[in-house]
Amino acid sequence: MRVLPSGSTALLVELDDLDAVLGLYAALVDEPLDGVVDVVPAARTVLLVTDPAVVAVPDVEAAVRRVRPRQGRAGTGETVELPVHYDGADLADVAALWGVDPDGVVRRHTGTGWTVAFCGFAPGFGYCTPDGDPWDVPRRDTPRTKVPPGAVGLAGPFSGVYPRESPGGWQLVGRTDVAVFDLHRDSAALLRPGVRVRFVSA
Amino acid sequence: MSRAVTVLATGPLTTVQDRGRPGQGALGIGRSGAADRGAAALANRLLGNDPGAALLEVTYGGLALRAEADLLVVTTGARCAGTAAHNAPVPLPAGRELRLGPPETGLRTYVGLHGGIEVEPVLGSRSTDLLSGLGPPVVSVGDVLPVGPAAEPMPGVDLAALPDPAGGEVTVRVSPGPRRDWFGDDAWAALTSQPWAVTAESNRVGLRLDGVPLRRAREGELPSEGMVRGALQVPPSGLPVLFLADAPVTGGYPVIGYVADADVDRCAQLRPGQPLRLRG
Repeated sequence: MRVLPSGSTALLVELDDLDAVLGLYAALVDEPLDGVVDVVPAARTVLLVTDPAVVAVPDVEAAVRRVRPRQGRAGTGETVELPVHYDGADLADVAALWGVDPDGVVRRHTGTGWTVAFCGFAPGFGYCTPDGDPWDVPRRDTPRTKVPPGAVGLAGPFSGVYPRESPGGWQLVGRTDVAVFDLHRDSAALLRPGVRVRFVSA
Repeated sequence: MSRAVTVLATGPLTTVQDRGRPGQGALGIGRSGAADRGAAALANRLLGNDPGAALLEVTYGGLALRAEADLLVVTTGARCAGTAAHNAPVPLPAGRELRLGPPETGLRTYVGLHGGIEVEPVLGSRSTDLLSGLGPPVVSVGDVLPVGPAAEPMPGVDLAALPDPAGGEVTVRVSPGPRRDWFGDDAWAALTSQPWAVTAESNRVGLRLDGVPLRRAREGELPSEGMVRGALQVPPSGLPVLFLADAPVTGGYPVIGYVADADVDRCAQLRPGQPLRLRG
């Protein structure tokens, strides 16, 4: 673990890989550190934002170094099943890339479990990482200016669902009718870090 | 008539703000909130409001309001022509108008009302986040903004004697950020020695600075990582962006440094063209 400075109210913990991020984040959710008001996981890092009225950044650094990360991908214990219509505009391109037919892409996407590793890009956009070997799907050369809400995409080692209409460069393999971000739901974001995800063919 | 104000003019941009949405970064939800937190907190303190009460953030004056009930109002932050008193609560009787001219110095004026503005909160806050689109819509002409009950007693402070936002060059403190090592000492020296100009592309998300570009010492892509307001991020142009209230939760360009949190409010009062020095 490397602890990097991030101003007078935060610090950035850099880790070796995504699994280490998931493990540290899970531990920090289970046992929050005093004076830490926000914990933001990302691909290789976890940002800790403090309330300077409560705690000093060096004390948080000492505390985070004592945290014992969780092992494995236990996550939060919640599982979300997302029915997907596999009719995305890039399904054929992804199939060609892997040398399979479109059904092969669907089988692979539905045949593995996923864990939300972190959110970013837009509120409720969860970056889902697969069990087992990481995937690698290049982004589109030219991002789309409009991706509809519910579009299910692949990029790099991740899969995700667009929470609302936005520009985007992910390869679109399908769409779901489930609102992954809904302000009128008790937990607006469905795909929160640590949540397990299962994609099923609708 | 119920407690409310009717918006007659908004100036270039008026939004409702409070202390924002802390603690939701893991869901991709940014903090947002008043850009000049100190000025907003002062307004609520002078009115005896809850510190979390919502108020109006007015960008470069131009707001006009009509009181629909006997209200109590205060302006803080950038002092605008046309305000009867600044940093001091004054009555705004029913039917009376408040009209803000352009500010003398600074950019953002806070208009607080005793009882707070009670538009519908979104995810625990009434702040408009211009980056994510969360929160109430931008204030527009004809809006009738409800004002909460004046339940709390007034604190009995007549006036807070505070300096106005600076009009000339502003100097703030900066410390090395998480990716300081992506830049050589020459870049750090360039960051902390030259006067940066605040450009017109600046907004609540961040100040875009113009000057001599900073050169990276190493190439490569950075996986997106979390950041907070005050971050000085360096995109491929080499011209830093100083993130403010509506900063994204994560960013994919290296953050060379951070402006001290206590100095970020002053940055939120900088106008396009104003020089900013970052003292290392």
